[in-house]
Parts: sequence; C-alpha cells; structure tokens
Amino acid sequence: MKRVVVTGAGTINALGHCVPATLKAMREGQCGIGALDFRDVDRLTIRIGGQVHGFEAEGRFNRQQMSLYDRFTQFTLIAAKEAIAQSGLTFSGDLSVRSGVVLGTAAGGVSTWDDNYRSVYEDGKNRVHPFVVPKLMNNAATSHISMEYNLKGPTFTVSTACASSNHAMAQAFAMVRSGMAPVMVTGGSESMLCFGGIKAWEGLRVMSKDACRPFSANRNGMVQGEGAGVFVFEDFDHARARGAEILCEVIGFAMSSDAADIVMPSKQGAARAISGALNDAQINPDEVGYINAHGTGTTANDKTECAAVADVFGPHADNLMISSTKSMHGHLIGGTGAVELLACIMALRDGVIAPTIGYEEPDPECALDVVPNEARDANVTVALSNAFAFGGLNAVLTLRKI
Amino acid sequence: MSIQNKVIAIIAEQAVLEPSDVTLDSTLEDLGIDSLGLVESIFSIEEEFDISIPFNANNPSDSDFDISNVASIIVGIQKLMADPT
Repeated sequence: MKRVVVTGAGTINALGHCVPATLKAMREGQCGIGALDFRDVDRLTIRIGGQVHGFEAEGRFNRQQMSLYDRFTQFTLIAAKEAIAQSGLTFSGDLSVRSGVVLGTAAGGVSTWDDNYRSVYEDGKNRVHPFVVPKLMNNAATSHISMEYNLKGPTFTVSTACASSNHAMAQAFAMVRSGMAPVMVTGGSESMLCFGGIKAWEGLRVMSKDACRPFSANRNGMVQGEGAGVFVFEDFDHARARGAEILCEVIGFAMSSDAADIVMPSKQGAARAISGALNDAQINPDEVGYINAHGTGTTANDKTECAAVADVFGPHADNLMISSTKSMHGHLIGGTGAVELLACIMALRDGVIAPTIGYEEPDPECALDVVPNEARDANVTVALSNAFAFGGLNAVLTLRKI
Repeated sequence: MSIQNKVIAIIAEQAVLEPSDVTLDSTLEDLGIDSLGLVESIFSIEEEFDISIPFNANNPSDSDFDISNVASIIVGIQKLMADPT
C-alpha cells in the first residue's frame, strides 16, 4: 500500500478565484452568498446563492473552447490549472499513461440544457448548436482535463449528488494507494445557478430565502453555490523523490448507503461512513481534531449529522471542532466536497479552523463546537470531510497533517 | 367540486386512500403522508387553486400555512384565495 499525499490544489468559487483568496475569505469568515444574477431570476422565489462573480470566460478561453465548455467545465479547468501548476508535474511517458482523472459532478452542464431547452421550447427554434451534447455531458470536464494535461490512465466522472466530489476523491485515493496510478487529478465541480437549476431545487422546498445558517436553531434551509475544487493526489514516494511541496496526506475513506429514503438522511448511514473512515485510516477517534461537516443548513441534515458524530466519537465529540463552510460558499452540490477539502487543508497545514458563519442561536440538537462565526487557531493532526447525499449515499475522507 | 372536496381528493390520492377515508380532522400523519408526500400535496394544491403557499420543509410549523389537519389546510387555501398576496 502506498501513502497518498496532496501536492496541488486549485479552486474557483464564490469566495475566491484561487486557493489563497478562498482560504483568506474562510479565515476572515466572509460570506460569498448574495443576490443571484442571471436571466429570469425574477421568476424565482429563491433569489440568493453563492455565485461566482467577476469571472469572464471570454478572456480565458478562445472561441472554439467556449463553444465546447459549459460553465462547470470552465470552472474545472481553471481549478485544475492552479492545482497542476502548484504540483509542478508535467505528464509524459509512463507517468502520463498511468495517471488519470476522477471528478464529481451532480448535474454536469445544467446551463447548457437550460439554454437549449429555452431555445427550442420557448423561442421555437428547431436547430441547436452541434456541440450541445459534448458540452453538457457529465464527463465533459473530466475529459477536458485529461486532454489538456495528457492524462491517459483511468479517467471518469462520479455522480452521487452532494457526495460526488467525496466519492471521486475517495476513488482517486484508492487508486493511488493501491499502486494502480502514481498520480490522480481529482475533485469536482458544479454550476446549477441558472433559471432551470434553481427552479428545480425550489420545488423541494428546502432552500432558504435569506441565508445559510448551519447548526443554528433558526436555520431554514440550504443555499446553493457554484464552482470547482481540483487536487493532485500523488504517491508519497513519487512526490518525495521529486521534492514536491506536500499540502497534507490522505489516509483513509469510507462509503456507505443508507438504503432507506431518497431525501431524508440517516444517522446510522452517516455514522457508518464516519467510523469506516477512521477504521480505514487505522486511527483512534480521539485523534480527530476537526471535521468539515456536510452542514447544509437544513433541519434534517444538521441534527442527523451531529447525532452521528456524537455516536461515533462519544465524549470526544465535545472536544473536536466541526464547522460548515457552506455558510460562506454555499452548497456546491457535486462540487462541494472538493471546495470543502480546502478547509481541511487549512486546518492541517496552517492551523486555522474555518468558521461556521451566520450562527445565531444554539440548537440543543446540534450541541457541538461548530466554531461559530470566527475562525480559530488550533493545532490539528487529523481532519475528516463529510458528505451525505440525497439518495442516502455517504462518503467521508480522512486527512492527516504532514 | 367544492374546495373541500378538491382538497380531500388531492390528499386521498397522495395517501392512496378513498376520499371517503379522509375526514376534516384527519392529520397528514394519520393518513400516512410523509415529508415527501407533504411537499407533493402542497404542490398539487398550488396547481389546483393557482395559489402560492408559503411553506418551507425545514420548519413546517413556522409557516403561516397551517397543515395540522385537513380542515386547517382548507382554511389556509380559502385565505390565500381571498388574498393571494
């Protein structure tokens, strides 16, 4: 079994267009959630989100690329560029043939679907652009990274709703740990902030109209975000041999299925994923200092997640810190675990715990240290990142300081 | 069909029951309607009566729309139809 380390990180999300900007915003407890700005937003009842602003695809991609890249692919390529540049890797020869890409997305090119449905249904057109299919497909972003960086090994997209990125990164970790691939580019992205994307979510009646307040007694739902997080997972020996900068080590993961309800979370399913991730990493529960929570800000998730953490950790649940950065960047759905991994890296590498902002009122059903409103300095050796998806699909990653 | 009969028909369909099994004092829980069924029922009622019901699944009891039983739902619909704002 190989040890696996993270040697590159990249992102674009509502908090920042790169990792340093995002971590700075997390340290300062900034809120990236605000009024949504896109066509027909006035026909929505939910009008807030963690939208990426100040991003012009036109300057970054040429005309041919623009016709092929949905917004979720654009975000992915921007994050991948930062991550791979940081890693210092170039892929050729055997490294190229054996290294691959596994990314998560829940819905792929939603705005491409939206724009083209509008064109044929509302505008009555009978012809769409020839690249609609390769632009909207869920694996488009993955394939474009593969092409851009000459990654020819195992390459695919994972789609498990809100756990997509964690499932993808767990899979990438397993591939590097087993020796199957020396390097895997992994993470995820999402871009559902368009009329049809939000309209679909509105129907479920779990979205907040004013703010994402995870664990707070007065929370009233989730708020969507958008963006991408991409990482380079590398065989530790390979990274050390070339003198790479190591951000943290990935030491374990677990996946579980509630096998119960299509939307309501289960404490048992979540607890099995959390305890499984500790077992896989061969660590004791009391070594965990920080958990990046799934923490959606819905009534159901937050109380179920806290109960699962209390079950797994026992008395140590009161000693560890657990925060939800969704309060700042929104819920990136299939990309969320990837952006949230940045908060784990910040905890392990920089000793700074990102806060849960918007926290106003304690909830007895969420009676853990949720790092309310202000970041905290702390020396953390092991961190977990939770993701619990609709469909009852759970994936938890274990990371260690290096 | 009266508002009452329409509401009972919607709820009965959701609960997979005969309309005669749904009474004014039935609660949705009595009828075996879970949280997803509730959201679907609200949607059907909005479509039937062309109204917008202020309902957030995170805190159903906080909303102005009282869903404690069939009678309270009917009263809520009547209010919204009289004053849709």
